[in-house]
Amino acid sequence: MNRQYVYKAFERFWHWSQAALIALLAVTGFEIHGSIRFFGFEQAVRVHGLAAKGFLVLIVFAIFWHATTGEWRQYVPTWKNLRAQADYYLFGIFRNAPHPTKKTVLSKLNPLQKLTYAGLKLLVIPVVAVSGLLYMFYRYPARHEVVGLNVGGLELIALVHTAGAFLLLAFLIAHLYLMTTGHTVTANLKAMLTGWEDLERDEPVHATPPAAGTPVLVLVKGNE
Amino acid sequence: MKRILFSLLLIGALGGMVFVALRRPGRELTPLEELKQHLAKKAKPSVDHSKFAQLKAPFKRPQDVTAACISCHNGRQVEVMASTHWNWERSEYVEGKGIRPVGKKNVLNNFCIGISGSEASCNKCHIGYGWGDANFDFKDPLNVDCLACHDGTSTYVKKSGGAGMPDSGIDLANVAQHVGKPTRTNCGTCHFFGGGGNNVKHGDLEKAQFDPSREVDVHMGSDGVDLQCVDCHTAEKHQILGKAYSISSMNRNRVECETCHSGMPHADDVLNDHGYKVACQACHIPRYAKVNPTKLVWDWSTAGKLRDGKPYEEKDAKGTDVYMSIKGSFVWGTNVQPEYAWFNGTASHYLVGEKFDPSVPLRMNELHGAYDDPDSKIIPVKVHRGRQIYDTKYSYVIQPKLYSSTPGDGGFWGEFDWNKAAIAGMHEIDLPYSGSYGFASTEMSWPLNHMVSPKAETVRCNECHTREKGRLAALKGFYMPGRDRKGWLDGIGQGLLGLTLLGVVVHGGARFMAGHRNGGE
Repeated sequence: MNRQYVYKAFERFWHWSQAALIALLAVTGFEIHGSIRFFGFEQAVRVHGLAAKGFLVLIVFAIFWHATTGEWRQYVPTWKNLRAQADYYLFGIFRNAPHPTKKTVLSKLNPLQKLTYAGLKLLVIPVVAVSGLLYMFYRYPARHEVVGLNVGGLELIALVHTAGAFLLLAFLIAHLYLMTTGHTVTANLKAMLTGWEDLERDEPVHATPPAAGTPVLVLVKGNE
Repeated sequence: MKRILFSLLLIGALGGMVFVALRRPGRELTPLEELKQHLAKKAKPSVDHSKFAQLKAPFKRPQDVTAACISCHNGRQVEVMASTHWNWERSEYVEGKGIRPVGKKNVLNNFCIGISGSEASCNKCHIGYGWGDANFDFKDPLNVDCLACHDGTSTYVKKSGGAGMPDSGIDLANVAQHVGKPTRTNCGTCHFFGGGGNNVKHGDLEKAQFDPSREVDVHMGSDGVDLQCVDCHTAEKHQILGKAYSISSMNRNRVECETCHSGMPHADDVLNDHGYKVACQACHIPRYAKVNPTKLVWDWSTAGKLRDGKPYEEKDAKGTDVYMSIKGSFVWGTNVQPEYAWFNGTASHYLVGEKFDPSVPLRMNELHGAYDDPDSKIIPVKVHRGRQIYDTKYSYVIQPKLYSSTPGDGGFWGEFDWNKAAIAGMHEIDLPYSGSYGFASTEMSWPLNHMVSPKAETVRCNECHTREKGRLAALKGFYMPGRDRKGWLDGIGQGLLGLTLLGVVVHGGARFMAGHRNGGE
């Protein structure tokens, strides 16, 4: 085993603050939706609005970080090993079979993760964020009066936002469970907390070859 | 040299920053604080009317007082005679009906129905002297009753059944010498008692507001800013601002909260946002008829029962009339939660002689508005439900003659005969009566604007934003968070979450079992 620095500081900060914000948004959002009671409607609206603004800021920083570090390439979906990865979760995992995709600093995600996270980042979160922005601003106070965007009503916005929320929540549940499917039950959790993870030393096959342009800095840091 | 200059600049810049940081700007007053300061100054009368020789005379007739008033306030009588208070009618554009004279002469209600035939009684509250029948002279300025509105002694009362004449025994000279700006007492004497008793009509205007607490009415509260009616219902040349949609149709001359409070009165923008579709009153008048009951249901069909040939009254435990031979049965309510309606400031009215469908409740004054109408907002209303007499053959509402001044004149309150009252009343408004009558359900909507509660009593978010039994439960046609959802979307979403959880349990369980087996090998 080879101890490697897999998740950098910003990445971890981003991951955990996003997790906390999504959890908070889910609780307050479903309270606003009328499904649960926790904060009380008034506070739920207030907290949801604040958390939403925080989430938007975080998204901007995360996009900047992914773009400048080239880490976005981690999420480019691939067919390769997709079947093998699915087979592993369906069968291999019960037989203690080895992970079909070797995790490396340069390729942290297995093909299923790539596909899921790409869908999450390109589809679900943008849909929730854009519908959320419309929710906030389909009418808004400006210059001593309330201005309305020319939309017929809240219904479509609200339904899209709710649909996105259900998808995010389903992802969260699955994500929390799949966290336990590392080398050990807590290996992935520890890695995401500390940044360090024991990776297999011999790397016979890269699931995907290191993408061109991936910063060398990562390698240097990883070898420290 | 350069270094010295640079140092000086640096010190100067730092000093400037410290100065700016230390200099605390004077705290700006909030709009509400400014309002309170402004309203704390109460105007004093500029003259003492008791010193005027013209007002010393013992007045034989109230018209003589009017003549004395006009002798100085020349031209005011013309203003008054151009007002709605005088004419009880004005030209209005009624949607679907065109420009019509609209007023108490041709608009019926579901309280005492209409004034025609009962002028001597109803017109006690007219600001004139002697409108006892259809022949009243609206052109005679001496008939203007200045004192009803300007009495400063609180002693001026009009005679019951006296067609607007003052009670005999009133010291007219004393009243004339103590006139002033109208107070709540002047306005309330009529407006609190519309419909024949305290708080019968409006629900948010009643005798408790002669001297209310802030809890009852935050504006009029004598322990608060103690506003008089005319502080909001301002007047220019005796044309007073304000609309009662029981008889008004157009969106004009309205008193608006925004005039004083601005359109963005909250610190919280989510609340300011609400103002786009929700009127201030909807949240700030959580309940009405806070002190004394208001009439919610009036069933005329039971009227006319006699005991030993005499009319009688039945009262409930609190002493409120629930049955009167002359008027029928009532349901009253205290501390009533309003109903809510979309309203764009226009209304239409049932006008005398219009045919209607008696199988559904007739809306005597229909408030216009809808969610997708940009001019509409949600307002709180008092809905008054009635059953009243109509002509079953001609399918229009009957104007019965109620008040009886001479025996045999057909007035229902004297003879208790609906047929005779219908004949006399319809004769008065010049409409045929078929001879067969019945009772139809009717509704009136009264927008609530008074009895605004202190901030702490304001309607809370979850009183509307709730799945069931919210205040706006009956208001359909738009999506409201917390109240509305699509069953199919929630079904699919919950199914998705359920399947995910099931997958986790099955997969996790299988791993756990497999782990045991593998470990055991």
